[in-house]
Order: sequence, then structure tokens, then C-alpha cells
Amino acid sequence: MRISRWVADRWVMGVALLVLFYLSLPILVVAGLSFNRPSSRLSYDFNEFTLDNWKQPCATSDMCDAVVRSMEIGLIATVVSTILGTLMAFALVRHGFRGRSGINGLIFLPMATPELVMGTSLLALFVAAGVPQGFWTIVIAHVMFCVSFVVVTVKARLSGMDRRLEEAAMDLYASEWQTFRRITLPLVLPGIVAAALLAFSLSFDDFIITNFNAGTTVTFPMYVWGAAQRGIPPQVNVIGTAMFVIALLLVGASSLRGRRARRAALAAPAVGAGTATSRS
Amino acid sequence: MTALAQLPTSSGEPAAAPIVRRGRYKLLPYLLLLPGAAWLLVFFALPLLQLAAASLYDPSGSLSTGYAMTWAFGNYPDALQAYWPHFVRSFAYSAIALVLALLMGYPLAYAIAQKAGRWKNLLLVAVVAPMFTSFLVRTLAWKTILSDNGWLVGLLRDVHLLGPDGRLLATPVAVVLGLTYNFLPFLVLPLYASLERLDYRLLEAANDLYASPLRAFQKVTLPLSMPGLIAGTLLFFIPATGDYINAELLGTPNQYMIGNVIDSAFLVRLDYPQGAALSFLLMAAILAIVFVYLRKAGTEEVL
Amino acid sequence: MGHETPAGDLRLANLTKRFGVFTAVDDLSLTIPQGSFFALLGASGCGKTTTLRMIAGLEQPTGGQVLLGDRDIAGLRPYKRPVNTVFQSYALFPHLDIHENVAFGLRRRGIRQVTDQVERMLALVQLEGYGRRKPAQLSGGQQQRVALARALINQPQVLLLDEPLGALDLKLRRQMQIELKRIQTEVGITFVHVTHDQEEAMTMADTVAVMNAGRIEQLGAPAELYEYPATAFVANFLGQSNLLAGDAGGHSGGDVLVAAHGSRFSVPAGRARVDRGPVFLGVRPEKLHLVGGPDQVPAGHQHVGGVVSDASYVGVSTQYLVRTAWGSELSVFAANSGVGGQLAVGATVTAHWDPRHAFVLPRESGADDQTAPLLDEPPVGVAS
Repeated sequence: MRISRWVADRWVMGVALLVLFYLSLPILVVAGLSFNRPSSRLSYDFNEFTLDNWKQPCATSDMCDAVVRSMEIGLIATVVSTILGTLMAFALVRHGFRGRSGINGLIFLPMATPELVMGTSLLALFVAAGVPQGFWTIVIAHVMFCVSFVVVTVKARLSGMDRRLEEAAMDLYASEWQTFRRITLPLVLPGIVAAALLAFSLSFDDFIITNFNAGTTVTFPMYVWGAAQRGIPPQVNVIGTAMFVIALLLVGASSLRGRRARRAALAAPAVGAGTATSRS
Repeated sequence: MTALAQLPTSSGEPAAAPIVRRGRYKLLPYLLLLPGAAWLLVFFALPLLQLAAASLYDPSGSLSTGYAMTWAFGNYPDALQAYWPHFVRSFAYSAIALVLALLMGYPLAYAIAQKAGRWKNLLLVAVVAPMFTSFLVRTLAWKTILSDNGWLVGLLRDVHLLGPDGRLLATPVAVVLGLTYNFLPFLVLPLYASLERLDYRLLEAANDLYASPLRAFQKVTLPLSMPGLIAGTLLFFIPATGDYINAELLGTPNQYMIGNVIDSAFLVRLDYPQGAALSFLLMAAILAIVFVYLRKAGTEEVL
Repeated sequence: MGHETPAGDLRLANLTKRFGVFTAVDDLSLTIPQGSFFALLGASGCGKTTTLRMIAGLEQPTGGQVLLGDRDIAGLRPYKRPVNTVFQSYALFPHLDIHENVAFGLRRRGIRQVTDQVERMLALVQLEGYGRRKPAQLSGGQQQRVALARALINQPQVLLLDEPLGALDLKLRRQMQIELKRIQTEVGITFVHVTHDQEEAMTMADTVAVMNAGRIEQLGAPAELYEYPATAFVANFLGQSNLLAGDAGGHSGGDVLVAAHGSRFSVPAGRARVDRGPVFLGVRPEKLHLVGGPDQVPAGHQHVGGVVSDASYVGVSTQYLVRTAWGSELSVFAANSGVGGQLAVGATVTAHWDPRHAFVLPRESGADDQTAPLLDEPPVGVAS
């Protein structure tokens, strides 16, 4: 009886931990393989420990070129899509206008359409219009599929914001612009930053849409795709591991900062508490 | 009477301004929407029209000689006849993967939302963490895990779940496993969001009202998590059906899904009318399934 | 007093606000003298908050004027008005600390040296030393005082308070009522206080305006409103009343005669809003006294007979319901002063009152008795 109770209370957590193990297994493998000296170009098995891959991550220079290109594309696509998406989110949350449902559909559909369809249709357009494919067609495509995610993310933050804060600012002599600058923007900024990070990671990691619109330009995912046929250099795993570690550090740092700020503020003045009660 | 009397006077009273007409904000929403909406119209909606047009091009044309618009509706039955097994495989693989993902994702989401306590955030990060690194690199890692020389295949052979020559890589199992793995976080996150709002006291109330844990789950937890469940299954199913990376990297041409065919139609065989017709068929099929699913989930009581 | 700005009363002239077909504020005119503590009292949806928002500039009137002194400010943007607001649930800026919240208005007007003023203002609301905290780290009562300081530091000509105490628990609310009153006397700024809590309005305000369906039902000092209500709505909204349906039959000497339910009553002419036609004869429950029979009624008092149908002991008093011969129930509060015993349910009694405590109100013909006893909430039928 006691045992069955114990199991009943904990089996869900047990299953959850097993699933998390399943989810994290490939990352462990990637990290392990980044220290591997493969026996042959086409082998995926662990052979021999080495630090060479980490010492010379750019031994295969075209891979590093692809990483840099992905970053350039990611940055441009992030800036453009964050601006476009944030403006749209403000219009949707803060203003009444005709054709709202049409705009909502236009924003929702790219998220519900298979990437394959978006990729091939853009290809069909560029070919029909005679636009040569390359760096800028990738940027155009990435902005297109990032905008919707930016709108959704910023919108969530914006609609959670109390309108009375802005009214209070206007009441306290802040003009429309000052209200936006001092109240609205700082309060929405976390949402905008989150949207930008999401856009960058979507752009950096995109393969399917990029594949149809890249021409001869090679991004990092496209390099990996090509190399999978020719043989994967172990440095790919170095990049994969480094990406993971950097992202993890970013998340860790932001949560640590949040926690420290909270603790510091709580430890702040306990003065005044006494005077407040003694004077009343 | 003291505090305020000593305060310096403010720098002049704000002067009277003319009555503000709200009309000057009338155009603002359209201006805010214009760039983004234009981008989506030109690079999302317009291409779909172009794709629809391309799917009706004369199939005897070629990229170099150009295509003629002949309203060749025959491209659709032709494409379907040639590649229906790939369609079936796409939907079958993603459906099996979805079932597996639900079996794994529901307990995971539930445990994080209701059982994790102060570990909640850490576990959430662990769910998202795989997405921190490249999709393709992760998928390739499965090649190592499922390798014929790997520990997993060795273990399965030792316990006779696999024959002595049995393999995982290059089989449907590998492709389905890869699909499940890659899109599982998309299922778990919305589900978690729903379950997190679930008040634990509702379950206690159900138990108090003589519901067994199973009945309580069926009558309370499941219905209340429906919004997350619907969003999660769609976010899983749509990309999984259109995916061809897992079939390419973990399978063989025998496991190819419709995505592989479309990819090769556009990029290898350069048969645009056929590729466009297949793309459109894929989208129509997915939209139809989503529509039926939403109608069912939305209007009828589940179970 | 720091009234460097030109003196001026706040006047609302024919102020109207319509949302589509719904009229929230209907041709409202009133004058709020400078330096007074004014309360707008009404149930939710009566238009009191809309009125406040129009004074603040957060809502554009459909018609009418908002005059401060001789200046019409109705068209000015909120940041151009010498008016500040303490918002319902405070609207403190969550990303700024207390010091910056309080300094916000000064900074927007280009004042650089704010520290001294902020410190003094925090002292006024008894929050010295809290400047570096964030709003989320303060209790509800403390947040309320920050909101007050943030508005007061700008030395507005008028301070608007929108249900400022609504989010506080009962004990804290009582404490803050006294506190607000103290601060108002200290700074001498006109306070316009919007509330649905009649007790709050009565304890704090010099003048109370009872609003209903976008109009002002009655305006006056709290005691005046309570002792001599102008309408049945006010009589029932402010405390409880026994309103007997009757007909006024003109003057007799200094009195107005009222016939109700087969009996004749009289009320001093100074306490009758009308002297002819359908009226309500009103008596507050605590002004009714119960005795065993008509022979025990003191000279000069008037009375009705009935049977005790319910008795609720509430500590400070006992609340009786007395069923009259015509079937209505009267509410009677008997103070537990130790004089007289408890009456049992079923006892035959006579309720009597001094005519100088009764009042006569106009009645829509056809309206029956409104004795609505034991009703703490505002009556239904209030526009919502």
C-alpha cells in the first residue's frame, strides 16, 4: 500500500525525467563528438579523444564562412523583422482600424503554413520575377517568417500592460512622446528583446526556406546539409556545442540578474518602516 | 501646513493649448501596419499565388526554355498518382510521431507544471535547451546514437529486440524517432502553459467528490488542458508533416516523405509545375486536417 | 498655503459624455469650491468615474465645459492641466523606484533638483527611506501613499482620487480615510474623491454629491444628505429609510399633511420637498421607537401599529422588522443602551417618531412603499 502510493505520487516525474533525458541525449552526443577524432570522413562513431577541433574550429574555412554568413543574415533579419513586427503589434493592441481580421490572418498564416510551402512559393516568385537568388533573397525570406513571431511575442507583452500607467504618465505632465519613451517602451522592451532573440534563433537555424532561396550562398545549416553527404568535419560539433553553451549562458545570466536584482531590492532600506508607524 | 508651503513653485503653469483633435491619430495604425503587412503580402501571400500559377504551367516546359501558362490542372492528378505513397508516408510518420510525442509530452508538461516546485524553471530550460543548438547538427547526432556500432543497437540486439543484423538507422523507426524528438518541444510548451494555470485544488475537489485519479484526469485535467493540447498538436503536426530533413538524414529513399520529393522537384529535377502542384496538395491536405480537427476539438466534448 | 496659482473653483458646466447611445454623464453642472474635500458618490456605472476622467483630461466630453477659475480646460491634453490623479489601484510605474515615481511629474516639467521635494513629500506620507524600493515591494497601503505623494508633489489645483481606498482591507481603509483627511487639511488643495462607499464619502468629504444614471441626485453636506434626502434614491442609497407611499394634502399651519394607508400624518413644512400629490413619507430606522401600545406614545409623536416579524441582534443595536396592518415591513433600529428589554417575534408593538425627524419626498404615482430593510447594497435599478 505504502509503495503503491509512493509510486503513484512519483511516476509522472519519473516519466518526465526520462523524456528530458531523451531530449538532451543528442546534445550530449554533439558535445562528445566535438572532442572526437573520427576514423573516417563519413563515420559518425566516437573514435578517439582530441582537443584539436576546439583548438582549430576553423580548420575547414568554408564552414566558418558559413557561420559568419548566417550571423550576418540573422542580424539583418532580426533588426528588420523586430521593427516591422513591433510596429504591427502596437497597431493591433493600441488602435482600432478597419480590416483587423484580415491583418490577423496575414500574421497567423505564415506560422501555420509548412515551411516547405513558403520556401517553394518564394522560389517560384523569385524565378518568375527574374530575381537572382542569394544573400538578400535569404534575408527577405527570413524577415517574412520572423515577423509573425515578433508580432505575437510583442503583442503578448503589450496587451498585458496596464493602460492606466500611460494615463498616469500623461496626468503627470508627460507628453505623448515622453509617455512612450519613459513608460511604454521600458515596459515593453523585455518583450521586444525576447522577440529579437527568437527571430535571430529562427533565422540562424532555418534550413528549409533558406534551401529554396539561397542560390549559391551557403549558410551554416546549408553547409551542414551539404557536408552530411560529403562527410561531416568534427568542427561542426564544436560550433553546435558552442552555440548551445552560449545560449545557455545567456539564459543563465538573465535569470541570475533577475534574481539578484530582486534580492538586492528586498535587502534595501528597512529604514522608515519604524518612523512610518511611530508618527501615525 | 508646512511641507508644501516650502516647495518652490513649479516652472510656470502649462499654457493653454488648442483643443486636440483625435483625428490626427486616425492614420497612425495604418502607418504602423503598412511596412509589415506589405512585406507579408509581397513575400508570403503573393508567392502563394505564384506557386498556384506555377502548378498550372505546361509540364513540358523547362526552367531554361520557360514555362507556358496552360491551366494544366492535370498536373495535380499526375503528381498525386506518381507520389501518393510519399503523401501517405508523410502523414503516417507524423501521426505516429504525434502519438509518441503525446505519450511523452503530456507527462512531461504535467510534471513541470504541477510537480516540479522550485525546479520548474530549470526543467523548462531543459525542454527548450535542444533548440539552442542547430536543428541539423542535433539530427545528425541521432545518426551516432542509432548507429549500427552504437550502444543502443548493441543493447537491443543483446536483449533480442533486434535481430543480430537488425538496425535502427535507415529504418522508419529512426525517421519517426527523429520527428518525435525534433518537434516535441513545440508540443510541450503550449501544453505546459495550459497545465500551469490548472488549479491543483480542482483535482482535490474532484477527489473529494469521489473521482478516482483516472476519472479526475479525464474529467478535470484533460478538458482544462484542451487549449494547450490543441495548439501543441498543431504546432507539432504541421512542421512534422512537411519535414524532410529527418527522412533524408536518418532514413533512405525508402523512407522519403513528400518533402523530399518536393525538394528534388524544385532543386534537382527542376520540374516546377510538379513541385508546385505537390506543395499545394500538401498545404491543402494539412489545412483540411487542421480544419476538421479544430471543428471537432472545438465543438464536441473530447472523449 | 502655497496658492501661487490664481485662485479658482472647479466648475462643471453642462458636462455631457456619451458612448454611442449610452449617456454616461448627462448635462452635469456643479461647482466645487477651492480647497474643499468633495466626494462624488454613486454605484458603479453611475458616471462618477467618467466625470473624474473628463476633469483629468483622460476622456473628451461630448459637450459642456470644465472650468478652473475662468479657464475652460476641457480641450486641454491631460499633461497641460494643473490637475493630478490618484488612480484606482494606483498605476505606479513598476520599472521605476519610489523616488522616481514621485519625481516623475517634476522631471517631466523640466525640474532637475527634485531630491529635496521628493524627500519632503515622502515624509508627508510617512514613507521616509523607501525611495529606492520598487512599487512591488510595498504593501497596498504604502503603494496608496506613494500614489498620493506622486500626485501631490506637483501642487495641482485639483487632486482627483478614483476609488483610492478600494483595494485596501477594511481596517487599513479606515486608517487611510483619516490620513487622507489630515493631508488634505494640511495642503489645502481641492480634493475630488470618487467612491461607491457611502461611509467613506460621509466621513471624509465636506460636500457629497450623490450621482445616479449620469446625473446628480443631491448635493450637500453629509449630515444634510442623510437627515433630509431629496429623492427616494438618495434616501435608500445613503443609509436605509422607511418610505411610506402616501399623498400630500397641502399645508396646515407650519405642517404638510400626508395621508398614507388610511392614517393621517404631518411633517414640518421645512422637511417636505413637495406639499401636494403623491409623496413618500420617510423615517430613518433609528428614528423609529417601539412601544407596547398607542397609549405609550409620547406627546407630539406620530405612530403606526404592527407586529414584530423579525429581530436581529447585531451587538450595538437590535434590528427589528415590524409588519404593518397593510402588509409592509418597517425597519427599526433599537440601540442596545440597556434601556428597555428585547422584544420577541410576534409581539404587537407601536412604532412612533418625532415628526421633525420625518421627511416628505416626491413619489412617482403608482410606486409602493419602499422600506427595503436590511439592504446594505445600493438598490437594483441603478444604471449599470
